[in-house]
Amino acid sequence: MSTIAMGHAGTEAVPAGKKGLWSWITTVDHKRIGILYGVTAFLFFLLGGLEALLIRWQLGAPDKTFLSPEAYNQLFTMHGTTMIFLGVMPLSAMFFNYFIPLQIGARDVAFPRLNAYSYWVFLFGGLVLNASFLFNAAPDMGWFAYANLTSKQFSPGLNVDFWIIGLQILGIASLAAAVNFFVTIINLRAPGMKMMRMPMFVWMSLITQVLLLLAFPIITVALVLLMLDRNFGTHFFVPSGGGDPVLWQHLFWLFGHPEVYILILPAFGVVSEILPVFSRKPLFGYAAMVFSGCFIAFLGFGVWSHHMFSTGMGPMADTVFSLGTMLIAIPTGVKIFNWIGTVWGGSIQYKTPMYFALGFVAMFIIGGLSGVMHASPPADLQQTDSYFIVAHFHYVLFGGSIFALTAGAYYWFPKMTGRMLSESLGKLHFWLMFLGFNLTFAPMHILGLNGMPRRVYTYSAGMGFEFWNAVETAGSLILGFSFLVFIINILKSLRSGAVAPADPWHGATLEWSIPSPPQEWNFAVEPTVDGRDPLWEERRKAGGTLPEPARVSGAGIHLPSPSYWPIITAFGTAMTLVGFLMHVTLWVILAGVAITMLGIFSWAFEPADH
Amino acid sequence: MAHDTAHAMHPPTATGLDTRKLAIWTFIGSECLFFATLISNYLVYKGHSLVGPLPHETSQCMLHGQMSTCEPIFEIPLVTFGTAVLLFSSFFVVLALNGAQHGNRKKLIGWLSATVVCGLFFVGMQVYEFTHFYHKGLGYTTNLFGSSFYTLTGFHGTHVTLGVIWLATVLVLAIRGKLPPEKSLNLEIAALYWHFVDVVWIVIFPVVYLMR
Repeated sequence: MSTIAMGHAGTEAVPAGKKGLWSWITTVDHKRIGILYGVTAFLFFLLGGLEALLIRWQLGAPDKTFLSPEAYNQLFTMHGTTMIFLGVMPLSAMFFNYFIPLQIGARDVAFPRLNAYSYWVFLFGGLVLNASFLFNAAPDMGWFAYANLTSKQFSPGLNVDFWIIGLQILGIASLAAAVNFFVTIINLRAPGMKMMRMPMFVWMSLITQVLLLLAFPIITVALVLLMLDRNFGTHFFVPSGGGDPVLWQHLFWLFGHPEVYILILPAFGVVSEILPVFSRKPLFGYAAMVFSGCFIAFLGFGVWSHHMFSTGMGPMADTVFSLGTMLIAIPTGVKIFNWIGTVWGGSIQYKTPMYFALGFVAMFIIGGLSGVMHASPPADLQQTDSYFIVAHFHYVLFGGSIFALTAGAYYWFPKMTGRMLSESLGKLHFWLMFLGFNLTFAPMHILGLNGMPRRVYTYSAGMGFEFWNAVETAGSLILGFSFLVFIINILKSLRSGAVAPADPWHGATLEWSIPSPPQEWNFAVEPTVDGRDPLWEERRKAGGTLPEPARVSGAGIHLPSPSYWPIITAFGTAMTLVGFLMHVTLWVILAGVAITMLGIFSWAFEPADH
Repeated sequence: MAHDTAHAMHPPTATGLDTRKLAIWTFIGSECLFFATLISNYLVYKGHSLVGPLPHETSQCMLHGQMSTCEPIFEIPLVTFGTAVLLFSSFFVVLALNGAQHGNRKKLIGWLSATVVCGLFFVGMQVYEFTHFYHKGLGYTTNLFGSSFYTLTGFHGTHVTLGVIWLATVLVLAIRGKLPPEKSLNLEIAALYWHFVDVVWIVIFPVVYLMR
């Protein structure tokens, strides 16, 4: 009865209880790691949100001195970096962790200890990045860190170094997790779960892992080259030594554009789960959804230079990248029509997850349309570095990713905690967020077209920017308040929420076939699947209702044992890289390498048998 | 990595592929982009160095604090020999794996030792080469050629070194009799990584050393 892929069955080499701090530190259970990702990422998300509110407060009126230009630079850089690498990506990772194994009918991920390692490396990376605040040296050159703002000459402090090392550590976490989830999806599907029967969330997650695997090595090299320039005297991006600052832009966006799809594809997956369930209809155009996702990912590697039209690449390059970018509108449009087709004629259940999912579709369309606008180089030259761009990417990242991830949080919270969230507070959250979001970001279109530049800490009175900036700041306060409602909803539900049944929404996928929250081994009996939407099929066969699954004893089910080596190895990994923060701190690097090696060897030879 | 695996019975996977083998292939796929970026970086800056020494041409360069004429840096015969040794090591590890799969301990230990020795030779050659180039005037920050060359080949050398440590670990297991045929996958995975490191060098050798 052992179905854990690692065959790491029944090990008690590093025993630990099921409760208490130690059990969380040593856990290799994908569900617990998912919760760790979720809680950590949400805290970082709130931090990023706080940074945004400070930025908005500064811009609420002209000529304010609430923030110094230096502090403002640090805040917008850390806001962007935090939201992307510590907010949206790990919030997606929470859902990867918790729901990929459940949706494909597996007992865990392919490599449970590697999964724990990924989480701890992510945590340490986030801490290193934010430790920069303690040194009053938070990164201050914008989240894409253009050369030569980042050269030692123009940025002599540790600000850029914290950014390099923090991102390098986070990249290791992402790559380790990507290998793990890729293998999990390919290899651990339950019998009958063919590729073209996988839930759409699993499909979009799979594509995301491929993007991570192929895009992160590029930024890894770019960050290494930048570090060498700053700390070892090379001239890769320094013109005085023959280097080319524009090469940084190419390398960064070769990673950066696929990264955009890394942020949005999981959101597409979440919404593609929710819309069918609350419309009581199968997903419209399943195969078209799969292939348009693949096509978006493929094109995502060929359009990076549309971020660089203003560098003057010449008419040929501009044309190619412009056409490629416009081409992406086709598969994306296919997806949007399929979502509408899914809801069309359905028996729509107006529950909170559905509100957020529908909000996502509407907001993402707006962000997509402005995206097509700056696919045109002449238009882009007018819009670049203005608030129009800020409006665009907040409509796709907040209106897109965050709306969808919030939808996912409401959808899956009952499964993860065994408690229902309040519907009335949920809908209040939605309307406040919807209102606050649009008040904050819609006026940025106008301000951008009127010439307000991004990344400038203030503006003068009389330029015509006052009114809409005041509206935006008011909107951002409403937006911030909406998340307070969310937190209250979560805390109330955890204390006294209604107990969630196994399947509160009449779901279609396997995670709803087991108790809420799932038992440690997920499935007492390995499920077999013979179609898409397996649970709907089962319910139809049973005549409309399924009995509540019983909580069973796990006797005889072998699970991977807890281990403290992942956190030790992760600590060594982070320490090694921190050694490169200030030129070279040799003892830190050597100690870090020693701890990492110790961790890897102990991990590899952790006894597998009694 | 030599994960557990005392289990002769591997649970069946959806594809029939071993999970750890699929993982190393996935990792290798990702590593391809890592080296592709480093190689691109080398090629982008080819011919953009402001001063010598240069790979194939005689050039003006700073030597012992004064401008002088520098000879071309590369010495093809030595690196060709190193390349051959590395390629042969890929062949040797296949023979070792064959020994492991058929329970032929002598064959396993003999050829695996040969592989490790070849790997060590290659790393040694690189250390010698770097020192030699340095004395010929090519420091790490001398010019773009030096920086991009040392960064690319240095990362490759680090990969070779890690591969040697990995294979040596498996060799110790083999000598202690802990690599029976049913565990030969532990060697196969290390070998896949080793082949990949070789293949990367097969790209680097012509692109960096032979192409003018």
